[in-house]
Amino acid sequence: MKKIAYYPGCTLKTTAANFEESAIESMKKFDIELEELDRWNCCGTVFSLATDDLMHHIAAIRNLIRVKEEKSNQVMTLCAMCYNTLKRSNQRVKSNQEDLDKINDFMYKEDLNYNADVDVLHLLPYLRDEITFSKIAKRVKKSLNDIKFSAFYGCTLLRPKEIQIDDPFMPTILENLITALGGETVETPYAIECCGAYQTVNQVDVVVERTKVIIDGARNQGAEAIVTSCPLCAFNLDHRQKETKKKYSKFIEMPVFYFTELLAYGLGIEFKKEWKDLHYVDPLSIFKN
Amino acid sequence: MQKEISTKKIFSKLLEKFETISGENTFNCYQCGCCSAACPVASEMDLLPSQVMRYIQIGLTDEVLNGNTMWICATCYACQARCPRGIDIATVMETLRQIKLRKNEDWTVLGKIDVDELNKLPPIALISNLRKMTG
Amino acid sequence: MTENKNDKKIGVFVCHCGINIASTVDVDKLVEEFSKYSDVSHTENYKYMCSDPGQKLISAAIKKHKLNGLVIACCSPTLHENTFRRLSENSGLNAYLCEIANIREQCSWVHEDKTEGTKKAIKIVKTIVEKVRKNESLTPVEVPVTKKALVIGAGIAGMQAALDIADAGKKVILVEKSPSIGGHMAQLSETFPTLDCSQCILTPKMVDVAQNPNITLYTYSEIEDLEGCVGNFKVKIRKKARYIDEELCTGCGICVNKCPSKKALDEFNVELTTRPAIYVPFPQAVPNIPVIDKENCLFFQKDACRICEKVCGPKAIRFDQEDEFIEEEVGAIVVATGYDLLPITEMREYGYGKYKDVINGLQFERLLSASGPTEGEVRRPSDSKIPKDVVFIQCSGSRNPEYYKSYCSKICCMYASKHAMLYKHRVPDGHSYIFYIDIRSGGKGYEEFVQRAQEEENVVYLRGRPAKVYQEGDKMVVWGVDTLSGQQITIKADLVVLAQAIIPRNGVEELIKKLKIQTDEHGFLSEAHPKLRPVETNTSGIFLAGCAQAPRDIPETVAQASGSAAKALTLLSIDKIHHLPIVATVDEDLCSGCEICIGTCPYSAREIDEEKKIAIVNEVLCEGCGSCVSACPSSASQQKNFTDGQFEEMIKAILE
Repeated sequence: MKKIAYYPGCTLKTTAANFEESAIESMKKFDIELEELDRWNCCGTVFSLATDDLMHHIAAIRNLIRVKEEKSNQVMTLCAMCYNTLKRSNQRVKSNQEDLDKINDFMYKEDLNYNADVDVLHLLPYLRDEITFSKIAKRVKKSLNDIKFSAFYGCTLLRPKEIQIDDPFMPTILENLITALGGETVETPYAIECCGAYQTVNQVDVVVERTKVIIDGARNQGAEAIVTSCPLCAFNLDHRQKETKKKYSKFIEMPVFYFTELLAYGLGIEFKKEWKDLHYVDPLSIFKN
Repeated sequence: MQKEISTKKIFSKLLEKFETISGENTFNCYQCGCCSAACPVASEMDLLPSQVMRYIQIGLTDEVLNGNTMWICATCYACQARCPRGIDIATVMETLRQIKLRKNEDWTVLGKIDVDELNKLPPIALISNLRKMTG
Repeated sequence: MTENKNDKKIGVFVCHCGINIASTVDVDKLVEEFSKYSDVSHTENYKYMCSDPGQKLISAAIKKHKLNGLVIACCSPTLHENTFRRLSENSGLNAYLCEIANIREQCSWVHEDKTEGTKKAIKIVKTIVEKVRKNESLTPVEVPVTKKALVIGAGIAGMQAALDIADAGKKVILVEKSPSIGGHMAQLSETFPTLDCSQCILTPKMVDVAQNPNITLYTYSEIEDLEGCVGNFKVKIRKKARYIDEELCTGCGICVNKCPSKKALDEFNVELTTRPAIYVPFPQAVPNIPVIDKENCLFFQKDACRICEKVCGPKAIRFDQEDEFIEEEVGAIVVATGYDLLPITEMREYGYGKYKDVINGLQFERLLSASGPTEGEVRRPSDSKIPKDVVFIQCSGSRNPEYYKSYCSKICCMYASKHAMLYKHRVPDGHSYIFYIDIRSGGKGYEEFVQRAQEEENVVYLRGRPAKVYQEGDKMVVWGVDTLSGQQITIKADLVVLAQAIIPRNGVEELIKKLKIQTDEHGFLSEAHPKLRPVETNTSGIFLAGCAQAPRDIPETVAQASGSAAKALTLLSIDKIHHLPIVATVDEDLCSGCEICIGTCPYSAREIDEEKKIAIVNEVLCEGCGSCVSACPSSASQQKNFTDGQFEEMIKAILE
């Protein structure tokens, strides 16, 4: 079995354990073991944009050192925000020797110096480019049976252009995955827009408004469910439907999936009760077989 | 009320600081407004992103710093992906947040949030919020 | 004082150029420095050497001091070398004994420190003094002029230039790439700001071109090759096979009507419709002779059909016709290759061209045009419905250095106003919206025209560039902003018209390579001087007109075309032109006849003298580029007034 170093991040170990489990199980079907790093810390979740703020890149770089310690030059992520943060911090030190030196100096107790030579991967493009969707289609055990999905990409896999995994204005990678799994997709203008992200903490209304627009938009195009590729989008679009319903009584709820859950389902892996329990809107209602 | 402006007020120490932190030149902006047209959360903002750019250009920085635009911004990069002049508006917003945060003026105060609500949140939400909205 | 080792009497004249030079270079110090040279007989400085009093003082000094060498320390030689050489010649001193020391562009403009600037200026002038010491008197080579012009491109620019030259009694070869002349102007509906019908004013001109006895028209033809230089170009034209005998064809059109293959996208209607494989681009085409598009012809693709051949009365179909090559000699060339629009497929935020009801400005012209696919009724491409809400988006790809083109396409502000206005005339109960960033309406009657659109025609102007266009049901939704009111805006439109950036004509790069002329970073042709030589290229004898140079409207294009024609005519009116005498020479004793220079010369100016077995120089063809001089292994080739000996002294002067 091929092993790939894997960085889980905080949320996939806690409130979104279903995303991680479905991914790990699915990859086993392709003879790939996502091997969790022995030690890892928070990536920072968001990339710091201030030019003079080097401190906030240390967490990300430390994780990349952990990857090197495992004698690996690449690391797989499943979370869009981890991917974005790790990859951009990596790019920053790669293109700025002074920054890299400072960070190495700061972490002088580490056994090795970081040379900006780790590749940060994300599972979605890995499925497309390495496993290939045609191969996935051949392995489908339980087809999504023409269920209509609306893809929701969010921001951090598409922007900025230095880290984009697909065309930032008309991405197709999620749609192609769904199609490979036997589902159908509908097009909405909101797929590449923001869900409100971290405003969900103290400005819930911002997220409620986004959730309403996004879910209504998907429903208008005939979608029965949403498929996301970011754990924060998944939380907001799923769990904030409760507040949305409270504010707009006519709002109709819609199941929200993480792409790895649908992949696992398609490959015949059981959609466990524990997975279901982490959702707000019942995800199983739409499955037709 | 008429606003008195002067080049002294525009090219201030604060602008210098702003340019150092952001690495962006706001005078690059020619006010096409595409960032504002693109912003998915602009309806919640006091000033549209392009208005923020304009206010900085004419030295009305107090109005910007007292407004909520940078706190509503979710760093989604819809603006940056379209800006014809290559301005990283998300970074402009981050810089404005940093200017406030470095003055010890946090936006998020956890103590004000209901504990049950906090418990429901995934770590990804909480950490990213605190990283952007507290100093 | 250095010892005067030669019989030189050099004059050094230092120009202040107002404060352009004098603020960074101590001009008095320069005079002081060079007055120490024994062979510098006279030196002085003056505020504007190029002015009349400035020239007079130089002239007086030449005569008074019997100067036999002249150094003018001033601006770049591209600006005033000619001025001062002419002055020199008129004052009795051979023009090639006068040289420019560029202390403005290469010194004062790029430096701030006056002490350092002065030091550098002294070095620059010193090198030129060294050069002048060994300069020889030269006499320009006289070359006869071929009194015929070539015009490339037969849109309104090329047609105007050709007609002007022809009307002055000179012969013109007019070469057009597409099957008909007329260019983009033939596609337009009505023209701003007068709203006169484009076809009505253009088609008579097209007929004039066809009937003018001084114009030889090659349509469906391209430039294959170009040799020679100003006054004597040799051009090879590829006349592409139409697969029609042009002598026999009567233009009856029966072949076009009977052709069963009708799937090809119609170029003239900007792909809004399809056309047969054998076609005439449009009914008023000149010449009115069809052409067979091989890619779509059933005979060429499947060896079947041949219906056109069967129905053709005069038996003019020639499936075995081949491209023909024609060679012509001309003295001057006008390049008028025109423009294209940036493809909609590149517009990320507006759907990459996947929505049928998002079209470009030229497509909208076809929808408005009486000769268009809808005969002037505005009907949208997807379902032929009459659109009731039309959104026009300006600066789509223009003024966008980050993702598309940095420049302003200049004509969109005006044509969008026109579009919105004409749309309201065609669909009185329709609504039109124009998203703009700035309205640029500089031109006679232009601002008034825009005002009319706003005040009288109820066109809604919104200031802002939309962020997104997408389809929702049968509507095209536009996410925009009005920065003046500070509001985000959504419009559900039936049709969206994008003012795509104007770009140089597709495929023109190949031609430019053959012509050896220069373009700017965007591929537009470069003019010799942006203000003072706007219709000339840097290659003498090649002129430019129309949108090939930069985006511009019809009146400006026509004016510029006439300007180019006048320039070409100036050249064609003289019997002999003087070719720069700064050419290569051969030291017969040193030349071994190795022929390396022959392979190196880009102008075919080197050949072997079979008797002497050495390489010689054809001074008429030599452009003085210096390639052969640097390639010559025995230093037998030298460039006049740029000899190795001169360079040696010049380099020494810098390093001193």
